Amino acid sequence: MKILVCISHVPDTTTKIVFNPDGKSLNASGVTFIINPYDEFGLVRAIEFQEQGKAQSVTAICVGGPEVEPTLRKALAIGANDAVRINANPSDAYFVAKQIAEYAKDKGFDIIFTGKESIDYNGSMVPGMLAELLGLPFISFATKMELNGDKKATLNREMDGGEEIIESSLPVVVSCQKGIAEWRIPNMRGIMASRTKPLTVVEPASTGAGINTSGYNYPPSKGSCNYFSTDEVDNLANALHNKGLV
Amino acid sequence: MVLLFAEYSDGQFKKAVLEAATYACDLAKSLGTECAAVSVGQVPDEALKTLGNYGVSKVYKVANEKLNHFTNTAFAAAISSVAAQTGAKAVIFAQTYNGRAVAPRVSVKLDASAFSGVIQLPDTAKSFANLRLAFSGKGVEEVAAAKEKVVITVKTNSYKVTENPVSCTVENFDFSPSDASFDALAKEIVKAAEGISLTEADLVVSAGRGMKGPENWGMIEELAKLIGAATACSKPTADMGWRPHHEHVGQTGIQIAPNLYIAIGISGAIQHLAGVSSSKTIVVINKDNEAPFFKIADYGIVGDLFEVVPKLIQAIKKIKGIT
Repeated sequence: MKILVCISHVPDTTTKIVFNPDGKSLNASGVTFIINPYDEFGLVRAIEFQEQGKAQSVTAICVGGPEVEPTLRKALAIGANDAVRINANPSDAYFVAKQIAEYAKDKGFDIIFTGKESIDYNGSMVPGMLAELLGLPFISFATKMELNGDKKATLNREMDGGEEIIESSLPVVVSCQKGIAEWRIPNMRGIMASRTKPLTVVEPASTGAGINTSGYNYPPSKGSCNYFSTDEVDNLANALHNKGLV
Repeated sequence: MVLLFAEYSDGQFKKAVLEAATYACDLAKSLGTECAAVSVGQVPDEALKTLGNYGVSKVYKVANEKLNHFTNTAFAAAISSVAAQTGAKAVIFAQTYNGRAVAPRVSVKLDASAFSGVIQLPDTAKSFANLRLAFSGKGVEEVAAAKEKVVITVKTNSYKVTENPVSCTVENFDFSPSDASFDALAKEIVKAAEGISLTEADLVVSAGRGMKGPENWGMIEELAKLIGAATACSKPTADMGWRPHHEHVGQTGIQIAPNLYIAIGISGAIQHLAGVSSSKTIVVINKDNEAPFFKIADYGIVGDLFEVVPKLIQAIKKIKGIT
């Protein structure tokens, strides 16, 4: 069994987001980039399948320039066997999905893991597009996945008002969230090994984008906070009542 | 034409779907066209006709019994088939779990630009130019369509439901899903415990480490019940097992945008704020006047939550006339 794990290279969750003065891009200076936390859930689940002897290989893939290679090396340090970088600017969800689909279509992957969304663009679009482009079943927001042998998997998927337990054939595209695995900190051996594991650079397939981004801005800032003392709790309740909230 | 995916669940159209319906009808108006809806599965006609209250003039009903339960493959095929045959320019989805699973597939099938989680109507004169939140609410992205058709998911709690009654007709639409549509099939559904769904809640009462321990949550639940709010918690309290993980809001938990968010004993780490900063009104109760949460709060009380919360419960009871 072969597993592909899609990785987004995203600013660390504690990053203060600053855009360049022209408003066209994120100011990356001083920003630490990490594996998108939701992608990391899929990565760890893939490595667990390998440790259980159920999977033979785990490949990490990322669409991006040379700057994403340290992030891919971290995936290798956590335990992926090899990594692929598609050498292109990940301009929008469709572009990214198309690049990964073009790479994956004839490689015989049995599971393709993604995160439920990336924490930079939060679109949650790539996994579904990827499944559609590859003609595969898609399980979104998976909180659990077990392999049943015979090319089948049982998954729990979060839905409005509960969870669904789904049986799916393989190959399958799975978008992961909390629950499916626990994050791992790479150990020293993993970090040493990651330096010599293969990282292949692939040139992009020719395709357009679905969405053009013209720029970025900051969300409107809030007015200042209205304070009440601990003896004025009634006033807070009245303020909320007057706004029709309670 | 603008086409709405009229997602019907638990015998009703959820608020998020009615928000998307209002959005779709307003978009249709700005394009000078009609708003229709597509319904998948055996949904009663009387229920479908209620969409007329929001301006939907026609519902295409794909009443195939195999489609009574959601699968993203078959639903995407059904919705795309209606969209293609009716020449829909835009297909609108609520940003529910199912909406988010099916919308990207539909966008690929229709070769449409996909806009995810929009909060306002697009500028239809400028390639559907729109704004969407990015970087977990820390930035706003200006986007426009590169293609002729668009698929839009509408962020929950960001577009107000308004009634605009028109007469609504239901037309059966013939569609049979392929066998391959059922490669992934639900075997069982596990309902969450009773209570108000966090993502759909108008009001949310949330608490964090300031609570000192899980045994003190009684007053949080009492306050939530009193005002009809859902309960939420910060990441550390979920990690420590004080509260269930499905209550965790924040960057790596659930992202919400309720009308009212009451944060009790939560300092407001940047990861937490990323999940709640779109809330319309934020109330912060914290004993530390330096807590970063106060910077984005509308109302704040600096004080001991064990003193303030019971007072707040009493004050609201007084307003509601409960003794």
